[in-house]
Amino acid sequence: MTESLSLEIRALHEVSLTVNGELKTVRAYPMERLLDVLRHQLGLTGAKEGCGEGECGSCSVLLNDALVNSCLVPVLQAKDADIVTIEGLAAGVQLDVLQEAFLKSGGAQCGICTPGMILAAHHLLRRKPNPTTEEIREGLSGNLCRCTGYIQIVEAVAEAARRRAAA
Amino acid sequence: MRSNPADYQLVAPASLQAVVSLLAAEPGAWLPIAGGTDVMVQYAAGKLPARKLVSIWNLPELRRIEVSPEEIRIGAGCTYTDLREHEVVQSEFSLLARAAAWTGGIANQNRGTLGGNIVNASPAADSLPALLVYDAELILISVRGERRVPYKDFHTGYKKTKLASDELVRAVCLARRFSGYLAYTRKVGARNAQAISKVCIAALGRRASGVVEDVRIALGSVAPVPLRLAETERLVTGKPVEPSLLVSAKRVAIAEIQPIDDIRSTARYRAAVAGNLVAEFLEKIGEN
Amino acid sequence: MTGDHIVGVSVPRKEGRDKVTGRAQYVDDLTLPGMLFGATVRSQVPRSKIGKITFGPGIAWDEFIVVTARDIPGKNVIALIANDQPCLADGVVNHPEEPILLLAHSDRHLLPQAVAAVSIEYDQLPALFTVEQSETRSEVIWGSDNIFKSYLVEKGDVDGIWKKADYIVEGEYKTGAQEQLYIENNGMIASFDAQQGMTVWGSLQCPFYVHKALMALCNLTADKVRVVQMETGGAFGGKEEYPSMIAAHAALLAIKCGRPVKIIYDRLEDMAATTKRHPSRTRHRTALSKDGRILGGEIELTIDGGAYVTLSPVVLSRATIHAGGAYYWPNVRITAKAVATNAPPHGAFRGFGAPQSLFALERHMDRIAQVVGLSPVEIRKRNFLQPGQMTTTEQTVREPLDLVRLLDRALELSDYHAKKQRFAKENELGTSRKGIGIAAFLHGAGFTGSGERNLSSVVGVEGCADGTIKVLVSSTEFGQGTKTVLCQIAAETLGLPYENVEIAQADTDQVPNSGPTVASRTVMVVGKLVQSAALGIKQTLMGSGLLGDSYSAEQFRSACRTQVAAHGQFRSWARYEAPADVFWDDDKYRGEAYAAFAWAVYVAEATVDMTTYNVSVDDFLALQEVGKVLHPVLARGQIAGGVAQGIGYTLYEKVIWQNGRMQNGQMTNYIMPTSADLPVVRVFFEEMGNVHGAFGAKGIGELPMDGPAPAIVNAVEDALKVPFDSIPLLPEDVFEALLAKREPQSVGGVR
Repeated sequence: MTESLSLEIRALHEVSLTVNGELKTVRAYPMERLLDVLRHQLGLTGAKEGCGEGECGSCSVLLNDALVNSCLVPVLQAKDADIVTIEGLAAGVQLDVLQEAFLKSGGAQCGICTPGMILAAHHLLRRKPNPTTEEIREGLSGNLCRCTGYIQIVEAVAEAARRRAAA
Repeated sequence: MRSNPADYQLVAPASLQAVVSLLAAEPGAWLPIAGGTDVMVQYAAGKLPARKLVSIWNLPELRRIEVSPEEIRIGAGCTYTDLREHEVVQSEFSLLARAAAWTGGIANQNRGTLGGNIVNASPAADSLPALLVYDAELILISVRGERRVPYKDFHTGYKKTKLASDELVRAVCLARRFSGYLAYTRKVGARNAQAISKVCIAALGRRASGVVEDVRIALGSVAPVPLRLAETERLVTGKPVEPSLLVSAKRVAIAEIQPIDDIRSTARYRAAVAGNLVAEFLEKIGEN
Repeated sequence: MTGDHIVGVSVPRKEGRDKVTGRAQYVDDLTLPGMLFGATVRSQVPRSKIGKITFGPGIAWDEFIVVTARDIPGKNVIALIANDQPCLADGVVNHPEEPILLLAHSDRHLLPQAVAAVSIEYDQLPALFTVEQSETRSEVIWGSDNIFKSYLVEKGDVDGIWKKADYIVEGEYKTGAQEQLYIENNGMIASFDAQQGMTVWGSLQCPFYVHKALMALCNLTADKVRVVQMETGGAFGGKEEYPSMIAAHAALLAIKCGRPVKIIYDRLEDMAATTKRHPSRTRHRTALSKDGRILGGEIELTIDGGAYVTLSPVVLSRATIHAGGAYYWPNVRITAKAVATNAPPHGAFRGFGAPQSLFALERHMDRIAQVVGLSPVEIRKRNFLQPGQMTTTEQTVREPLDLVRLLDRALELSDYHAKKQRFAKENELGTSRKGIGIAAFLHGAGFTGSGERNLSSVVGVEGCADGTIKVLVSSTEFGQGTKTVLCQIAAETLGLPYENVEIAQADTDQVPNSGPTVASRTVMVVGKLVQSAALGIKQTLMGSGLLGDSYSAEQFRSACRTQVAAHGQFRSWARYEAPADVFWDDDKYRGEAYAAFAWAVYVAEATVDMTTYNVSVDDFLALQEVGKVLHPVLARGQIAGGVAQGIGYTLYEKVIWQNGRMQNGQMTNYIMPTSADLPVVRVFFEEMGNVHGAFGAKGIGELPMDGPAPAIVNAVEDALKVPFDSIPLLPEDVFEALLAKREPQSVGGVR
């Protein structure tokens, strides 16, 4: 039984998953990284590879509402999951409050950490709508930024929290 | 990415029973993968020897925390986030909740599991000193059935455990008898988040009639396995906390550990800091 | 005219929307039809003759494209300064990770195993790994003496001062290598066509550096090489020279296989193989009067250049000129050299030599203060440069500089004096020690000496058919805000709304050579040229009667449309011309080193945890005079981000070397600070203006890298009363120093 199972799984698999609200089916090896499937098969290049070992957070996406490093997720484990990438955050041309705040506060410089950073902030604000500065700093501590020193990022998240509360 | 996905197999059985059957059919051939925070790192670096992997991520049987009046039973597939957010873990097993909160960033806490931390068996693993001081017991499962082993006997050497080739860690059991203790824990790493420990400590203590009545101290990253400081505990038990005790406790603690020089720190530094942490803990008992 | 200013206002970042929505295209996001993937086989040893190369079993080698040095159509060199660095090693290697051959395949996943299956026989030669080893010349690994470049700066009579001195203070200071650690790894795509020539797209700072390198390597004329900058995910100098190497590799593979080839480094390869900040050693010997005035001094500066010249001469130049800092030296001798070792070449990194020599100087000033018996504040005040005085290279300070006032303001903003007293008292109790430290410094903007004259940068501004304006420059955006600020300058000059001005992609086929995006030169030098070129547009429209003296934005657009309709392409150019009174002597290293200096005082507050010996920065105040601030949000972002890198340089980031190879080339063990580690950096500006810069701007990008290290280490000394003279300063170092403190140790030599 195991032998036949092995033969079957060495081939490409069909994996269905919902990405930014749309049902997608990809053919992939089960150990392909979710990051690579998003970027190479689905053309969603907003998630970036910075380290390939779950340290920098630039590949962050939401998997069933939980922030994950997509470089550490084998695509088979994302089967039937609901994935949100940076491309799915804005509603059409209308930017999300967080995206607007990052623009205004200088939270994005080179931009490479920005998609992951915004998703980490989004995940934080869902759980803690009124975070303290320390909570913001902790919530983003898995997302490395080499440009800003994080100050304007933390300010952007605080600003977005205020605006979401006021809305 | 330094591995070729086409060279790897990954299956995701729907039940725990199916997983252990697979492990039994080819003992040692299948590597369980939960949240991937260790396995996928080795894989991406081209350093994962196993070619056949079985996913145990999100198996319902492994992702439960069951609370009875005597004990709390934590499924091995519970994530650090699950631990951090669980009320009983927070209130009665704060050392474990704290360790979970400083293991990696939020994304890794959402995927990394307690069982993974245990079987990966790194001496620097953040949750293991807490398991030592709480006298954790592990439930191991295979097609042969379940067995219950004390965690303190499980971890036998550097990255070595008593897990049989067809076994999985199913759950971690903690007896609910530590709420009267002062809990102390610190992680000393190269930075405040996302760091691998240079030294970490988890400790419980209780003072009565002016003396240390009971004390339990465990350290990580100072020996091939996480270590209970039995000699130090014996030394301080029954004694009042005073400066001379701190000095001798430091000395005995340093003699009990076997830290090394590596890429993260030095043996001398680790020994000194380990001693300081033990002393700081005892001072806190004294103030309590 | 709109009436409202655009310069000085925080307008939205030009490419910001693309960045926050994930639409911005970085090189790894680009896929070309039929594209292959390339990989590099590198040396496993530091210095060696290359023996037999074997393509091992288990790989379908007939599916791979293989390129060696023999396949190079032109010169086997990465053209830069000395042209000594080969594109692919041929016969010998001089450092670990040196490229030897290249592979390409359509399946990227097959490359790592193929790279590992190439086995190379090495006939190893003795190698040198430290400055000290290089100085002994036990092996000559470069030229005749292992010295890439040396400089001598002499002012006054140093030899005559020692006998007049009341105090002589000596010190030796060291700094380590630092990885730029941009979050986007290096990458390039090349495509070759016999008719069209070579095109590369990549993550890079200097399109025309890559252009020059590809012409020499591929034996192509300028019009047959095209370099396009993609969105670039951080650079910090790390994408100044090395992208030429990667572009060269991709180009060779593309020529050989006739298809586009993409090379993207993973983090391990990027950390192991590409450049880092030069390690340094600086020795000071300073003569002082009884009242703490500098009579003169000798400064001996040595940097480790790695195995090839690359940019070491210019890094050394900036280190040399900044070695005397913001102080007046009546007599000084600076001897500086860059030496060869068998490590991968060290290269450009924000600050470019200045952080090294300023760390030494600003630590040394605190040492001098102790010996002389003055406070760190007072010793600086007594020696600050003043208007009319000359720097170490005999450049006269012409602006109304008042460093005493700048320092006083920084002390006031940081509550320095009260804190210093309070910490001294509180340090007697508790399990932590607090301290406060200062650093006062300068940073020259633009290329050193005659550099800008030699560059002779050109900028274009185009009036488009729809009446809007396009800025044409090769200056690149990699986070600092180049696109935004240059558009602001053009809009302000023309009195147009910011939205009416766009900037062209940095594509060598489309834009003139406005020079490399380095050396804090973009806003000051290129910005000034944008201003001139934009003025040219306005003057043309006015001269042809299409525009009156005062006009609305709509009138401007209409005039511009009419102009284009009548005469076709409408462009105005501006070329850099050095001011007539700027003099620089490259032989004597004397004269106007920089068109402008930015000035700063930084104050750091640090806590040492006596249980763990960890140092944390609790508060950081950064006060600087940078001419006019053109965009407050971006300017603050530059300072805060630079300070963060400086904190990393000081307390966290250590490159661990073994035989010329980095041992901790992963983000898990090369430690940069997270959001949970850094303080709020309080940023303040003074605006004195600058006649050489657009709307009075000076350079700003590198300045904040210079001050944090000495300010923080001075704070740690204040906390522990133990001097530390090298960085990075890790908890292990603090612990060892505290242990050693039991031994009485003299601080400097007192006469």
